[in-house]
Amino acid sequence: MAIPKVCGIETEYGIVVRDADLNAVSASSLLINAFLGRTETRAAWDFFDEQPGNDARGLLLGEILAPEVETHLVNTVLTNGARYYVDHAHPECSTPECRTVSDVVLYDRAAEEIMRRSMTRAASLLHDGGEIVVYKNNSDGKGNSYGCHENYLVDRAVPFGRLTSQVTPHFVTRQVFAGAGKVGCESPGAVPGDVAYQLSQRADFFEEEVGLETTLKRPIVNTRDEPHCDPTKYRRLHVIVGDANMSEVATFLKVGTTAVVLSMIEDDVLGDDLVLAHPVSAIRQVSNDPSLRATIAMASGKRMTALEIQWQLLERARSWADRFGLDSVTVDDGKRVLEEWESVLSGLERGDPSVANVVDWVAKKRLVDGYAERHSLEPTDARLKLIDLQYSDLRSARSLASRCGLRTMVEQDAVDFAVEHPPTTTRAYFRGTCLARYASDIVAANWDSIVFDVGTDPLRRVPMMEPLRGTKELTRELFASCATARELIDSLGKTSTP
Amino acid sequence: MVLLMAERTKKQRSVPQRESGTPNETDSGKKSDSTDRLKAELDDLLDDIDEVLETNAEDFVKSYVQKGGQ
Repeated sequence: MAIPKVCGIETEYGIVVRDADLNAVSASSLLINAFLGRTETRAAWDFFDEQPGNDARGLLLGEILAPEVETHLVNTVLTNGARYYVDHAHPECSTPECRTVSDVVLYDRAAEEIMRRSMTRAASLLHDGGEIVVYKNNSDGKGNSYGCHENYLVDRAVPFGRLTSQVTPHFVTRQVFAGAGKVGCESPGAVPGDVAYQLSQRADFFEEEVGLETTLKRPIVNTRDEPHCDPTKYRRLHVIVGDANMSEVATFLKVGTTAVVLSMIEDDVLGDDLVLAHPVSAIRQVSNDPSLRATIAMASGKRMTALEIQWQLLERARSWADRFGLDSVTVDDGKRVLEEWESVLSGLERGDPSVANVVDWVAKKRLVDGYAERHSLEPTDARLKLIDLQYSDLRSARSLASRCGLRTMVEQDAVDFAVEHPPTTTRAYFRGTCLARYASDIVAANWDSIVFDVGTDPLRRVPMMEPLRGTKELTRELFASCATARELIDSLGKTSTP
Repeated sequence: MVLLMAERTKKQRSVPQRESGTPNETDSGKKSDSTDRLKAELDDLLDDIDEVLETNAEDFVKSYVQKGGQ
């Protein structure tokens, strides 16, 4: 049976400094420090990455060496269980691990809110009207890309070769509803004006089918094998091929459909007849075709449109759900994924303008086309690229996405709560709650452990190798009985897991 | 900052708000209404968009350069 699809999103944001003498790294650090200035949490990220199998089951307390804490770049853990840090000259925020797709949407929006608060606070620290502005996009239009990665818990027992070949058709074609849209083209050798508008921010940057790279020669399926949990049981599929979405429903669909497809692969019901002949050229063909009519070559020799492939995946997902149930993605969210999936494919097929309420590339294209028509602009006019960039501007006063009538899934109150509080149904609950309660006794934390300094040598590392332990339900009594970190450590010493 | 807030308040009144959770209409009359409404909202947004856009598009687009990331 497919295992629970614990998942999350890590987003590198574009950054612009105005009227201040800061480079992108310093500006990113300032954003994070400005945000932290408002909270109690200052725990560093712990880069200790040794995961011996004998530490891999539940909680084992032991004496350890001092953690390797990186001091060069700002890197921290928040009380909502997220990681907020500087990566490759960009501010990056990783959501906490989530058990449901709805939670991923909520914590992705919380990450945006964290960015917004960081910008406001940083502006108040800069002099003479200086400002740092954050963009939730994936390219600068000049050949430089930065990622929005998804992560999914996958059963280690699934052969990686089958996983790769069977998930690739989804990664190549899901951009019909998950693409964030882009004015222009950045493929090597592209001539300005050749591609006026395309579905995806990222498709231009993929050059391999499978590989380990993430910053050059990017592969459609990334093979980074760093599970951040029990490596004998799990894989963390690190998906680098997606766009950062402004539309909440698009994020829900991107993550939800992928979690369903991965579940089908685990249950070995997907088959090989949707395998593509040339995935790298196909991902660009699909992206470069807003008409959605182009066909791509299948390994079988047939040709199919991206929408036809998506209808096939949806049909198989329905049969899979009937036979195996939706527990891997949770029943309520699973049903909603199937409904939204059908609705968006129908809308795209009919050319229904209401998909602009859901699909970022359609919403952005309507703005670009409408503006170009009104002012009789050439496709290469800078004002159209400006609309592209400002669609993802996270400032309320400048954001175009927030003015497009995109349908929402979460309320602002829930987003504000999620900025401070972790999801309750994964180990992120234990991480976030420890940081909220015992911040002064925590030296460092990462995805799979927390290091405490409770005043007695040595430091104590609490491993969290199971993503679905450390939940609110499992830790209620523990937290109720431990007012201090010392009591928590003593109490954990007597039991086996948090 | 005060000016910015004032501008934001004004903008939020004059542009369509995000709508919450309405499922796709299936009735054709409703669909036509919905299409007209979407077109009207787009026109309203295009009427006001220059107030939201950065003032010098050419310079801004040229200066938007990022370091490559992952």
